Amino acid sequence: MAERERRTAPPYGGVFVARKRVMDADALRRAITRIAHEILERNNGLEGVILVGLQTGGVPLARRLAQAFVEIEGAEVPVGSLDVALHRDDIGLRPVMPEAVTHIPVPLDGAIVVLVDDVLFTGRTIRAALDALTDYGRPRAVQLAVMVDRGHRELPIRPDYVGRNLPTRRDEMVDVHDEGVDLGEMVKGVRP
Amino acid sequence: MKHLLSIADLGTDGIEEVLHLTDSFVEVSARPIPKVPALRGKTVVSLFYEDSTRTRLSFETAAKRLSADTMTFTVGSSSVNKGESLRDTVETLRAMGADAFVVRHGSAGVPWQVAAWSAGASVVNGGDGWHEHPTQALLDCYTVRRARAERGLDPALAGLRVAIVGDVKHSRVARSNVLAFAALGAEVTLVAPPTLLPPDLTGWPVEVSHDLDTTLAKCDVVYLLRMQLERQHEALVPSLREYTARYGLTSGRARLLADDALVLHPGPMNRGVEIAGDVATHPNAVITQQVANGVAVRMAVLFLLLGAGGDLGG
Repeated sequence: MAERERRTAPPYGGVFVARKRVMDADALRRAITRIAHEILERNNGLEGVILVGLQTGGVPLARRLAQAFVEIEGAEVPVGSLDVALHRDDIGLRPVMPEAVTHIPVPLDGAIVVLVDDVLFTGRTIRAALDALTDYGRPRAVQLAVMVDRGHRELPIRPDYVGRNLPTRRDEMVDVHDEGVDLGEMVKGVRP
Repeated sequence: MKHLLSIADLGTDGIEEVLHLTDSFVEVSARPIPKVPALRGKTVVSLFYEDSTRTRLSFETAAKRLSADTMTFTVGSSSVNKGESLRDTVETLRAMGADAFVVRHGSAGVPWQVAAWSAGASVVNGGDGWHEHPTQALLDCYTVRRARAERGLDPALAGLRVAIVGDVKHSRVARSNVLAFAALGAEVTLVAPPTLLPPDLTGWPVEVSHDLDTTLAKCDVVYLLRMQLERQHEALVPSLREYTARYGLTSGRARLLADDALVLHPGPMNRGVEIAGDVATHPNAVITQQVANGVAVRMAVLFLLLGAGGDLGG
């Protein structure tokens, strides 16, 4: 789950109030370009690569990475989207609802899947995503690209490509949007 | 909401929520491995006091695709034959760990009674008497929306002209569908001989017609009800041949339909009675899609009741 959903779901519910802009639009764009180069370098090109954005925050980033590949290499890569709600480990503990329909445009057998998400936090979303992917086939490799790694991992999961490492307190929130990245808090008692 | 007993309880928002969520489960059903772990550890019991092929198997398939365990109760091979009451049966199955009951019964209202005895387990109405069959109505609404979207038409049901044809009087499907189609803004016309209509239609959001040919020419959806052949002895129609001649969707009559009009039937079909065999296989007859969508709709319902932890409808 992207932070976007986490912050509207109990017990986090409330309104996000930004306190500090940690990346502006330029920094975001540069980070996307750098991650695109890293993916190219690591995989010796784009052969077999598919970008899969996690609903909802990872999807626009996956599209921007695909655009960066067009600009750098002139190559188009398939872009999919994955909603992991039905694979989460907290079903029954808090309200969980699919946000959008999953779309995997090509068979994953033998592919190099680059999962893309906005914020890496506990790692539980990625665990669910890894489970979900196995229902579509057996990728040759799965790699993880995130715009912000904010720490506080609860599972042995690490990203392969990171836009920004951002130390946070647990009760803080990170918001990645088109214009940059904000750090702030949820203010309770107000409906979003 | 903890139970799904009637379309009336669900309301327009609840119907929309189920239909919206169904898209996700249609995608799950299309995966190479069409199974998600969402309801692991939950047990869904189908409690069927009446015969059924598609409703029971559809619910059981839905539960299995959500990784729930299923138990099947069929009255013919149960202790009901030794005189065990409905209440004792429900309490026994609950004691075995049932989290949800899918109930079908010949008497209206039984699912409400089961809900009162289910001690916290969810109850889904799988058809009670002539009263309601809410998941059938949901899958029909979903099928119309999806089939229209696939044909490049506006998927919204608002303003669509729907004809429900046949034995409305004895049909729980008709009652739930009238409520659901009307809640989504469709204009519903019932087409049937007076003997097959309920004696009083006060409060029903419908028009009534006894002339199928005129109605067919100006409708977007034709919903054919099963002629309940087991009721032949009640002499509600002079003969099946006469019924077919006036109210059956014969090959000749199907030509009156608009090019993009959809034909639905809840099954089981009496080919040659309410629907001609070649009409049932026409590209705009979406009867097998109804069955396929039924699994996804029931996954959505079971997930909302057992997994989502949110509120379903009103």
